Amino acid sequence: MTVEVAAGLPPQEAPAGRSLWVDAWRTLRKNRAAVAGGAIILAMTVLVLVGPMLSPYTYAQTDWANTSIGPSLSTGHIFGTDTLGRDVFVRTLYGGRISLLVGLVATIVSLAIGVTYGAIAGYFGGRLDNVMMRIVDILYAMPFMFFVILLMVFFGRNIVLIFVAIGAINWLDMARIVRGQTLSLKHKEFVEAAEALGVSTLTLIRRHIVPNLLGIVVVYVTLTIPQVILVESFLSFLGLGVQEPMTSWGALVKEGAEEMESAPWMLLFPAIFLATTLFCFNFLGDGLRDALDPKDR
Amino acid sequence: MKKLAFLTCSLLAMLAACSSDYAPSGPIGGESGTELAERQVIHIGNGTDPQTLDPHRAQGVPESNIGRSLFEGLVAEAPNGDLIPGVAESWEISEDGKTYTFRLRANARWSNGDPVTAGDFVYGMRRSVDPKTLSVYSFILAPIENANAIIAGDLPPEELGVAAIDDRTLEIRLENPTPYFLGLLTHSASYAVHPPSVEAHGDAFTRPGNLVSNGAYQLAEWVVQSHVKLVKNPYYWDADSVTIEEAYFHATEDVAAELKRFRAGELDMTNTIPKSQLGWIRENMPDRLVIAPYLGSYYYGLNTTKPPLDSPALRRALSLAIDRDIITKQITASGELSAYSWIPPTIANYGGGVEMPEASWTQAEREAEARRLYAQAGYSAENPLRLEILYNTHDDHRRIAVAIASMWRNVLGVEATLVNQEWKVYLDTRNQKKTQVFRAGWIGDYNDPYTFAEIAHSKSELNDFGYDNPEYDRLLALAAAETDLEKRAEILKQAERRLLDDMPLIPLYFYVTAKMVQPWVQGYEANIMDHFRVQDLKILKH
Amino acid sequence: MLRYSLRRLVSAIPTLFVLIAVAFFMMRAAPGGPFDLERSLPPEIEANLRAAYRLDDPLWLQFARYLGGILRGDFGPSFQYRDFTVTELIATGFPVSLRLGASAILLALVIGVTAGSIAALKQNRVTDHVVMTVSMTGISIPNFVMAPILILVFAIHLRWLPAGGWGDGALRNMVLPVIALALPQIAYIARLTRGSMIEVLRSNFIRTAKAQGLSTTAILLKHALKPALLPVVSYLGPATAAVITGSVVIEQIFGVPGIGRFFVQGALNRDYTLVMGVVVFYGMLIIAFNFLVDLAYAWLDPKVKYS
Repeated sequence: MTVEVAAGLPPQEAPAGRSLWVDAWRTLRKNRAAVAGGAIILAMTVLVLVGPMLSPYTYAQTDWANTSIGPSLSTGHIFGTDTLGRDVFVRTLYGGRISLLVGLVATIVSLAIGVTYGAIAGYFGGRLDNVMMRIVDILYAMPFMFFVILLMVFFGRNIVLIFVAIGAINWLDMARIVRGQTLSLKHKEFVEAAEALGVSTLTLIRRHIVPNLLGIVVVYVTLTIPQVILVESFLSFLGLGVQEPMTSWGALVKEGAEEMESAPWMLLFPAIFLATTLFCFNFLGDGLRDALDPKDR
Repeated sequence: MKKLAFLTCSLLAMLAACSSDYAPSGPIGGESGTELAERQVIHIGNGTDPQTLDPHRAQGVPESNIGRSLFEGLVAEAPNGDLIPGVAESWEISEDGKTYTFRLRANARWSNGDPVTAGDFVYGMRRSVDPKTLSVYSFILAPIENANAIIAGDLPPEELGVAAIDDRTLEIRLENPTPYFLGLLTHSASYAVHPPSVEAHGDAFTRPGNLVSNGAYQLAEWVVQSHVKLVKNPYYWDADSVTIEEAYFHATEDVAAELKRFRAGELDMTNTIPKSQLGWIRENMPDRLVIAPYLGSYYYGLNTTKPPLDSPALRRALSLAIDRDIITKQITASGELSAYSWIPPTIANYGGGVEMPEASWTQAEREAEARRLYAQAGYSAENPLRLEILYNTHDDHRRIAVAIASMWRNVLGVEATLVNQEWKVYLDTRNQKKTQVFRAGWIGDYNDPYTFAEIAHSKSELNDFGYDNPEYDRLLALAAAETDLEKRAEILKQAERRLLDDMPLIPLYFYVTAKMVQPWVQGYEANIMDHFRVQDLKILKH
Repeated sequence: MLRYSLRRLVSAIPTLFVLIAVAFFMMRAAPGGPFDLERSLPPEIEANLRAAYRLDDPLWLQFARYLGGILRGDFGPSFQYRDFTVTELIATGFPVSLRLGASAILLALVIGVTAGSIAALKQNRVTDHVVMTVSMTGISIPNFVMAPILILVFAIHLRWLPAGGWGDGALRNMVLPVIALALPQIAYIARLTRGSMIEVLRSNFIRTAKAQGLSTTAILLKHALKPALLPVVSYLGPATAAVITGSVVIEQIFGVPGIGRFFVQGALNRDYTLVMGVVVFYGMLIIAFNFLVDLAYAWLDPKVKYS
């Protein structure tokens, strides 16, 4: 997940020529939980892309003779149907496309903004930090719903807006955490040493601060993904998210929660897909964290 | 009789289901079956939070539910919805139908012991129409002489056609004979308020400790977003027949959570049920489900002001392509009636009988006709009609919109996209007619066909589908002036037939109310207005 | 430190001002108004209402009047709750949200930090995976699913606890909502603690301590915990402000009379004054908690200094 963002980084503290990424990859491969997590995420991605083609049903097709029927092989509805007779299997896979996409893109957006913003504020400190962090305070308290409603009114509904809306709120925590870590890193011996050697500020942030932030950033990213996937379903409530008959995991889980007792399969299957993905991101995140830890080398 | 049948029936079901999770220990109502519980306290799920307890400012259902137990109008409603004497023990209506004279009960009292006088009603109704009160339902009193001019600020409230002849005699003069006027007097906009306490406390007169009411109960507690607690009013004229001592009206915004609280035994009655849980309820606790027809129509408005929906033939095609029985049997599924007319057939002063001509056809015949009309309007598989369906965010509306889009696609090949909006944005879009097809519903303000008919008037505030037919408007004006109820009904039927021919709105179904009532609640009867008073209920031993 | 604190206090004023201004004008730009009903009001009645709430004045004048009101501690009348002022609504609702939220945060902090530390000590072993998987359920299963499940199990089937209602804050009424509120927080805190604890455990000064033969518990509590809490504390500032101002979902499902619902209900009803009231209130809490967090940095890591 984080690779895309940080890929431009030059080798760091590695005189022997082993790049940070080659190194990280080697460590990561040895972590079985992380490898398994990554493999499942890949498999999940392939499944949501290819899977719908294998089913005779489409995501919008209603079947009034077969509403809310349980999972069964004989009907071909292997995950059952929803209250409108639509195939839950196909809908779960389509929902996965949206949720994985939203999870990925919105997380990258919030990551890019949050890390840059937080590192700058924390490193430079003083008045700049004060102004930047007060802006964050303001954004925290802003009534998000009106922001979304206005976005919709002025720009109409649009998938890009979903990323903007979600990215716009989710980078705040990231920025605050990164800034806090940077404040503390700034006074570490190796940073002060590099500073004394006259390393330029930009290089210093890039080479010494950001790599040391990666651990906590990766951990927080794994916490952002579930948040983002659920916020998307709240946007649907305001009319900005995905629209029926298209769906997302957040929306499916929400519908399923209403039918918890009457049609449990409507909740169970999307929830299992969602939870599995989140757990895998977690293990992958932990593995990445270990792999990117500069102290480990 | 009806009351008794309901009770027996639920008792039998209870005994049969004794082993279930939900059966309380021992038979309901003690050994005799009618024995009262020692603690007469009722917990009622009341939907969203009441916005005010000021009867003249109240506008929502939650407020009026509480209001009916807190205040009593001149006329009240029996459990079955029939009009019964309230504070007025009798009344006379003049020959021309324009003057009503009410005789007030000698023993009617406010909750502080003061007598309820005709003057209090004059004060109340004047306050209700006074623009300064900021009432949004003052139009309920519009039939009264000068009311409209006072609401508009052109005349002082003292000019209202309401006069206290003496302490116990109240005279109300109307602009026109209004056959449903007595029914309006059950509305909170017509209630009396206690003048000294309103004068003393101003806007804060509705607070616990300040509020003086004349109903069977008085206000004890009001915790915003939690509950309103009422306790028995000892001065109420009929206090002897009031059994329940304390009533809690709980704010239950989340219907799924409300049902859970009911199942946990924390609520004796719910406000409604989550529609999606109906199947589950029918299977697991059918004896506690109470369903009754409700005075409401669910419809799809079609924006007739712009192409393509300015074509009546196309509008009829869209209407005929909808299989209403699928919506009422599979989606709403609580016994709603598929609608082939606009005005609910159960309404008073009407008799029903008007339906669109295709009502008696089979769905296959309707669909064939729909396809014919669709092709006639110039659409085909190569050149499909593209439509946008607007609905406000809600699970039931979502499911119905998905179903209708799917029917239109399957029968006609229409490509419909769904758009949901949050309530206020939805209202704005609808109002500015930036719509094509929008979901809507109308609950009658009073039990008379006029409250439905007037919606399609070209000047109506609710006419967001832009229907403008001078002939329809003319018929409505004719009906408003007609004193003979039968003739009036005939005119309104003519108007409805015209409306159904033009099809600016597609009626889908007539509402029902569904709620859960514990078997130990005695005296509850579902009625078409979904009104009840706590004083008519009793808690049996359980 | 004192000068820094004073500066932060002073900087709160422009921050709040900007917040109020942006929120105020943003809200007014949104379509729909407090008096929009399905049946539009007769024009004269709507005019009366608008005049009474002074919505017809130019927007800048309304803004100025609103600011003046805030200085006097008056947040204005609520549009939705016509019998109450916004100040009254916040004053009665906040203690409820605070009680619930503070309990949840404390619970989450204790469980989350413990779970995270254990996982870090047993990094990549079975214990680690089990502890982290369990603590992650709080965000893998959204609270609108978790809360009804808790009610079904503990209120309906076991009948141990009430399914809803506040009961004046009785303990039995608090248990389920506190758990539902705390679960996602546990996930955040546990994961953040684990991540930074692993880093801290590998740093030189911990290695030195280990070499000196100190026990694991002693190292953890005396040396590792404080620096490891840094990211947790960064997260806790805004999180605490958010949790003690209530959660819409939890309040609706459990019927809790807090102020969390005002954010959403107020916005949906276009209750301008109510939303502004909670926004200002929440903004003040955010500013206060983030200030405390910054002070905590200096305590957790003595090298962090503010000038």
